[in-house]
Formats: sequence, C-alpha cells, structure tokens
Amino acid sequence: MGNTVLNANGFLAILPEILLLLLAVVVLAVDLALPKERKRALGVWTAGGLVIILAVALWGPAPTGVAFGGLVVADGLGRLLRAVFLLGGVLAALMSMDFRPLRQDGPYYGVLIFSLMGMCLMAVAHDLVMLYVAMELTSISAYVLVGYLKESPLSTEAGVKYFLFGAFSSAVMLYGLSLFFGMTGGTGYGQVAAMLQQVVAMISVSAAPFNLGIVGLMMVLVGFGFKVAMVPMHFWTPDVYQGAPTPVTAFISVASKAAGFAVLLRALNFMLPALGNEWTVLLVAISAVTMTLGNLFAIPQRNIKRMLAYSSVAQAGYILIGVAAGSALGAAAVAFYLVIYTVTNIAAFGVVVLISNLTGSEDIGTFAGLSRRSPFLAWSLMLALFSLGGVPPFAGFVGKLILFAAAVQSGLIALVAFGAVNVVISLFYYLNVVKVVFQRRSEDEEAPLAVPVPSRWVLGFSMAAIVLLGIVGAPVFNLIWQASAGWF
Amino acid sequence: MSFPFLSIIIFAPAVAAVLILLLPKDRQAEPKVLAAVGSFISLVLAFWVFLAYQRETGGYQFVEQLPWLPAIGSSYHVGVNGMGVMLVLLNGILLFSAVLTSWHVDDRPREFFALLLLMGVGVFGAFTLLDLFLLVFFYELVLFPIYILIVNWGWKPLREYGAMKLTLYLLLGSLVAVVGVLAVYFTSGLQTFDMVALQGATFSVEFQRTWFLPIFLGFGVLASLWPFYSWSPDGYAAAPAAVSMLHAGVLKNVGAFTAFRVAMLLLPDGARFWMPYLVFLMAVNVIYATFVALIHTDLKYIIGFASVAHMGIVLMGFAAMNELGWTGAVTQMFAHGIIAAMSFAIVGMVYDRTHERDIRKLGGLIRKLPQPAVALIVAGLASMGMPGLLGFIAEVQVFMGLWRAANLAPWFPAIAIVSAVGVLGTAAYILRLIQHVFFGELKPQFSDLQPAGPLDTVALALMGGILIVGGFFPGPIVEIIQRGVQSVLTLLGGA
Repeated sequence: MGNTVLNANGFLAILPEILLLLLAVVVLAVDLALPKERKRALGVWTAGGLVIILAVALWGPAPTGVAFGGLVVADGLGRLLRAVFLLGGVLAALMSMDFRPLRQDGPYYGVLIFSLMGMCLMAVAHDLVMLYVAMELTSISAYVLVGYLKESPLSTEAGVKYFLFGAFSSAVMLYGLSLFFGMTGGTGYGQVAAMLQQVVAMISVSAAPFNLGIVGLMMVLVGFGFKVAMVPMHFWTPDVYQGAPTPVTAFISVASKAAGFAVLLRALNFMLPALGNEWTVLLVAISAVTMTLGNLFAIPQRNIKRMLAYSSVAQAGYILIGVAAGSALGAAAVAFYLVIYTVTNIAAFGVVVLISNLTGSEDIGTFAGLSRRSPFLAWSLMLALFSLGGVPPFAGFVGKLILFAAAVQSGLIALVAFGAVNVVISLFYYLNVVKVVFQRRSEDEEAPLAVPVPSRWVLGFSMAAIVLLGIVGAPVFNLIWQASAGWF
Repeated sequence: MSFPFLSIIIFAPAVAAVLILLLPKDRQAEPKVLAAVGSFISLVLAFWVFLAYQRETGGYQFVEQLPWLPAIGSSYHVGVNGMGVMLVLLNGILLFSAVLTSWHVDDRPREFFALLLLMGVGVFGAFTLLDLFLLVFFYELVLFPIYILIVNWGWKPLREYGAMKLTLYLLLGSLVAVVGVLAVYFTSGLQTFDMVALQGATFSVEFQRTWFLPIFLGFGVLASLWPFYSWSPDGYAAAPAAVSMLHAGVLKNVGAFTAFRVAMLLLPDGARFWMPYLVFLMAVNVIYATFVALIHTDLKYIIGFASVAHMGIVLMGFAAMNELGWTGAVTQMFAHGIIAAMSFAIVGMVYDRTHERDIRKLGGLIRKLPQPAVALIVAGLASMGMPGLLGFIAEVQVFMGLWRAANLAPWFPAIAIVSAVGVLGTAAYILRLIQHVFFGELKPQFSDLQPAGPLDTVALALMGGILIVGGFFPGPIVEIIQRGVQSVLTLLGGA
C-alpha cells in the first residue's frame, strides 16, 4: 500500500484541493465585482465550482500512490470520501442562498470552500503533520462559519464554544501524535505502523512503551472524536448546532463528520494496525455508548436543531460500528453510510431553513400543519427522518443493514444488538416529528409557503438520492466496495 | 425473459402511489381512481398467476432474478410456490377491497391512498421475495406507511399511542430477526442472501438451535404470537378500517409466513427442537384471545382479539411440521385473512355511521345496514369453522396435523384437543357480536343511518363470495397449497 511514489504526478493527487483554492480566490474576486443586491449569485458560483471539482475528484486523473514525500496518499477510497464532502459542500452552498442573513456574503462562501479544502486533505493525509494541518484548516474555518452571525448572541456563543472545545481536543490530539512520533521516530503513517509493530512484537503487554501506545491512541481518538461527535467528545454538538446558521449546521453535521470518519478509518487502519485489538474494544464501547446517549438525549428535545444534533451523535455511533468492524466490508459500509447520511441530513436541515425563515422559530411545534401547507416540504422532512431512522425503502435502511452486516461478519453480535435497540429508540423521536408534521393542525396552515428555487434543487436532489440509494444503490455501493477492498 | 407477472403485481401499486403523489394537492377523486386502478391490476394478475401456476410441476414459478447488490450477494429474486400464490392472491383481494371501502376518506386523500398502496407493495414483496436481504426490506417497508396512516386517519383517543406502540414493537421484532438473518448469511459461507441457495447450506445443529429462536420470535411478533401480541388489539382499535383490514388480513400472515420461510425452512433442526415448546405459546394465543374476545364489549377489540386467536391456529399448523399442518396453516392464512379483513371493514362501516363501538349500545342495525350484516354473518360463520366455508377446512387440517405430530412431542394431540375446544368459544363471541350489533331493537338515534354504499357492497361481496365459493369448492385452493407444501417439505429431510 502506498508504495508507488508519485513525483511529477504528485500535483494530480491533490488536484481537487488546488482547484478548491482557485475557486475560493474566484469567489472572493467575484464578490468584489458584484453589486450588493446581486451577491446571492455567489451561491451559484460556489455550488457550480464545487460541482466541477466534484466531477474532477470522481472522474478526473486518478493516480495511486504517495506524493510529496509521503505527506498525502492517493487511493480509491480517499477519492470517494472527498467526493462525499464536496457533495455536502454543494448542497450547503445552495441551501445558504435561501438563508437570509448569509446569502449575500462573499467571504462566507470563501470560508466554506477553505473548510472543504481542509476536509479533502484530511481524507488523503498520510502523515501526522499533514493530518494535523488539514484538521486545523478545517476546524478554524468551521469556527468562523459557526460564529458568522455577529448580531446573533447564540451564533457568537456557539462559535466560541466550538472554538474552545475544538482547540482543547486538538491540543490533546497533538500530544497523542507527538507520543507516536516519540515512540517511532517517524511521522509518516507507514513508518509509525512499522515501528509500532516492532515494539509490540518485542515487548510484553505490560511494558511501558506499549501502554504509551494506548495512551497515545486515546489522545488521538479525542481529536477524531471531536470531529465525528462521539461520546464523550460530543458536548459541543447541541449548542453549536443550535447556534450556528442552519446551513452551516447542515454542513458541519455532514461534511465535517464525514471528514472525521475519513481520518479515523485511515489512521486506525494504516497508522495503528498494531493496536488493532485495543482500538476495536475501545470503539465497540464508544459506539454503544454514543448511539445510546445520543438517542436518549434526543428524545426530550423541543428545538429541531438540538434534536438533530443529538440524532447526529447517535448516527456517529452507528457509523462507528463499521469502523470497529475493521474490515473491508466495514470500511465500505462506513463510506456508503456517509453518502447516505449526507443527503439525508441535508434534506432535514434544508426544510428547517425554510420553516425558520417563515416562522422565525426552530421549535418542533412550529412544524404543525406542514403537510397541509406544503406537502413537498412535509414529504422531504419525512423521507429524511425515516431514512435517518433506517426504514425502507429509504437509503438509511440499506446503509444500516450493511453496517450491521459488517459487525456480524466481525463477530460483534452484541454491538449489533445495541444498534438494533437504538434504531427503535431513535424511531420514537423521529416519528414524533413526523406526527407533528402530518397530523397536528395549526391556525396558519392555509398560508402558502413558497419554496425558493435553490431549496427546490437541494430538496429534490436529496429526496431522489434518498429513495434511489435505497432502492437501486448498488452502483454506488459497488464503487465504494471496490475502493475499500483495495485497503485490506 | 418471460412476462414479469410478479414484478408488475408488486410494483403496479407503487407506480400508482407515485402518480398519486405527483397530483396537485387539492385533488379529491383522482387519487382514489388511481389507487383502485393500481390495486385492480395487481388483483387481476394475481388471479392470473393463481390460474396459470403449473400444479403438476410445483416448485417456484414465475421466477425473476436480477442483480441488486451483487457485492454482498443480494439479488432481486422473486418467485412463488403454491403457498405464495394463495398469499399473493389474498393480498390482491384485500388491497383492492381496502381501497374500495376507503372511498369516503376526504382528508388528504392523496397521502392516504399513496401510503395504503405502499403498504400493499411491501406485503406483495414480502410474500414473493426469495432473497433474504430484500425480504427484510419489503417486510419493514410496511412500517412507515402504517404509522402515518394510523396517526392521521385513526381513532383520535388512541391513535398516537396505538401507532407508536405498533410501529416500535414490530420494528424491534424485525430487527431481532435481522440479526439472526445476518448470522445465517455469514455462517453459511455462501456469500449469498438467496434463500433457495441458503436452503442447501448445512448449518450445525447447535447453530440452528441458537438462532432459530430469535428469528422465529422476531418475525413472530408480527404474527402476534403470545406474549408479543399486545400491539395488535391497541393498534387495530386505533387504525382506520382499511389499515386494520390489511394489517389483520395480510400483515400478520407476512409475519407468520416469513417466520416459517426463514426460521423453519432454513433452520429445520432448530424448529424440531423448539416447536414442541413454542406450541404452548400458540395454544395460549388461541385460548386466551378467545376468552378476551368473549368478554370484551368494544367492537374493534373483539375483532382484534379474534385475529390474535386465529393467528395462533396458523402458527400451530406450522408447528405441526407435517404436510397436513402446513397445508392447513396456509389455508387458514387465506381464510382468516379474508375473514379478518371483512370483519374490520364491517366494523369500520358501523363505527363511521354510529360513532359507537360499545356493542351493548348498538342494536338492530340489520334494518339499516343489511349488506354488512349478511357479510358479517358469513364471515362469522366461516370464522367459527362452519362446514361449507373456507375456515372449516383450514381448521380441520391444522388440528389433524397437530394430532399426527405426536412424533415431535407426546403432548401435541392434547394441544390439538384443547385448542379445538377453544375454537368453540369463537362461535360464542361471534354470535354475541352479531346479535348485539345487528339484531334486537333499533335504537332511535340510529334511525337515519346511511346505507352501505355500492363500492362497500362490491368489496364485501367479493370477499364473502370467495369464502363461500372456496368453502364449497376447496379443491383448487387446497391442492395448490399442498403442492407448495410438498415442494418445501423435503427440506425437513422427508419428514
């Protein structure tokens, strides 16, 4: 793995990142050129550019091997995961065009693109230093995005909270990375893995360097765990999700989480295979606790964004099942679920944006009468929630079943049992929202609700993807399956 | 490839549902017409499959196979044997009848009929799929339409509780079974979810005994196996009539049939080990539910518990593990499906007009609702196993099958006797129900009830007619089921 060294082709390995940088510059330049009232078009520029980059990332030049002295690696799964973030970026940019406080803001779109660039690098980082730089680029841009609404105390508070938690976990992670560097003398994943293997082979289990390895593992998991919002690094989610501008919440909940899983998968399997037994046990425990706590805390929430925040914690728990499985099927299940989760969560937040524009509230109660007012939005939200809950024919069902299958294959039956019980718990609160949307009446349910064009696109695309991935998702899964089979 | 009968049966309602949702939201009549057309296509083709099935050849026919998720060995593989033919036909009849009897739904008919059709799609799929992965897919597909249907169009005092209880209960059951299904998949080592292929796999006796129970009980929840039945009366009491019809008529059969196909056919040694004990639960189903139905005064609860009792007989037939028992079980599914659906349709008509579900406060309605009254009498007689009606043949076969199952455990004949006595209780509650609702003095507040509409009458005549015709000429029905049973019985090692 990663034996081929890409010299001149090295730049091709990071072509999407280079294009993202260009796009950011273009968007910022166009921002200067456009008059104030036409700046909403920046969303189109951003989304259009990202679509092109997405196409390049998927179908463009596809070298395989390591580049820049082993800083980054180009492989199939990395390419596909990058495409997932970019998809999330496209949809979030379009969604932003319907979010009044943000839609005319050029720098906002620019920061969004920088954050995406960090995520894309996270997916291909193959070196401790590169990993850290990519994660910081992602995080710092995300802090800015979360606190973007300067007039809103909630947004500002969320930004500060996100920053404090993020800086703390990033420092802990850095400490962990330095431990691995100290133990092995290298920063490349390959070097670290090889040296750790020797250490493990040489010493007895109780010896100090090996325990140091477990300490390092836990510290690194703190940093990754913050990104994917797994317990106990999930504390920031409800406040940040609630306070952040809704399109940013959507973006963080999908792309940032997916990027976290990308580094988690790669780091555990390529840097720390020597600690495989240890991290499997840890992840099984964390996964079970994460989904259970996430789901239980979601039940009493009255604010839809807070509910979706806890739901996203629980979803991270499900995805961890695939990581813990530590197999090709597990990795494929994770990547496939991330695709599904991206379109699904985007659909849910897309509806929230429109409703909060209209009512100024994010209370679940304000969704009453939605099915009479706008069947389109009601069905979008329903599809999203049922897909999150894992009900067929929607994509979430197939995604969850493959995650569970991966765990059964690896013998983690107890974890699957936990997952199954959690699916039932989660459906309880998802169904309660569906009930409000479809059954509850409201006084202004006859008031028309216009769905703007960008949201139409976002929701239409997401709904189609939720249904199609659920019914005929095989081509997508095959692509991922082949890529992840190359890893193991 | 030959004409894809089964696929069209499965997806005609789905296409109709999508078309309905694409209509503008203020349309009232079009959704109903589209729903009727979609379900009628399925019914006609299901009847054609019943006629065209080659009885001499037996086995799975009308087979279609397409790759679906080749990476993990799952394909869209449909086919029916004699048992599946009858169940598909049953669903065709009931889906069409449910659409006809729901013509009065005027609150958001688009959503109502689209979801009702999707429910039907799930049932058709669950009866015909020969691939475990997609079987689970269709099995769970029914859950989400049901929830929305009950919570929106159900009986106000109970609908939120009933809908949530039913959905979560059934989901939990199916997920337990799914874990078992995955264990079967990986243990077989065949890398396929195809049930026909998996039937050829050899599982150790120990594995079969371990995993039979979660799979059978998991799917058995949907067949309202005691003690996992309590969602059923509450859910049915809360649900709108059409949903209760489909749920009691076919969904419970989906549970029983899936438990049979997956747990018993793939893990026969597990079945042989556990059935002698599980049969006690099924006997409780019959006797306990019959007693509750005897004393209850709420129309819908009486019918709901009756359906729990009937499913006990179906499951007992499967537990007998012989040709007579299984043939009786599937015949009972068909008969009971129609009886239950008719009963719920009639109860729905009575409640919609009177807004009264306490049978003591009703009476004399035969003067206002003659067609439903006659239909309920037919269904009631069939339900208590009156000769000349389809229910009779089914029950006799089941009890004879149980009688002969003494090779499994010595107490099977005793169970047969006790349960047969329990079935006598059926006669009592049915007569009590008919007497209280339709005979006696007509209460003055019910003197200006609307008569049953023509579409209601058509639906009742369709279902009642099949009960009568099937009772007098049971040959074709029993024979086709028997062929199906014989083709799978070999899996038990020629038992």
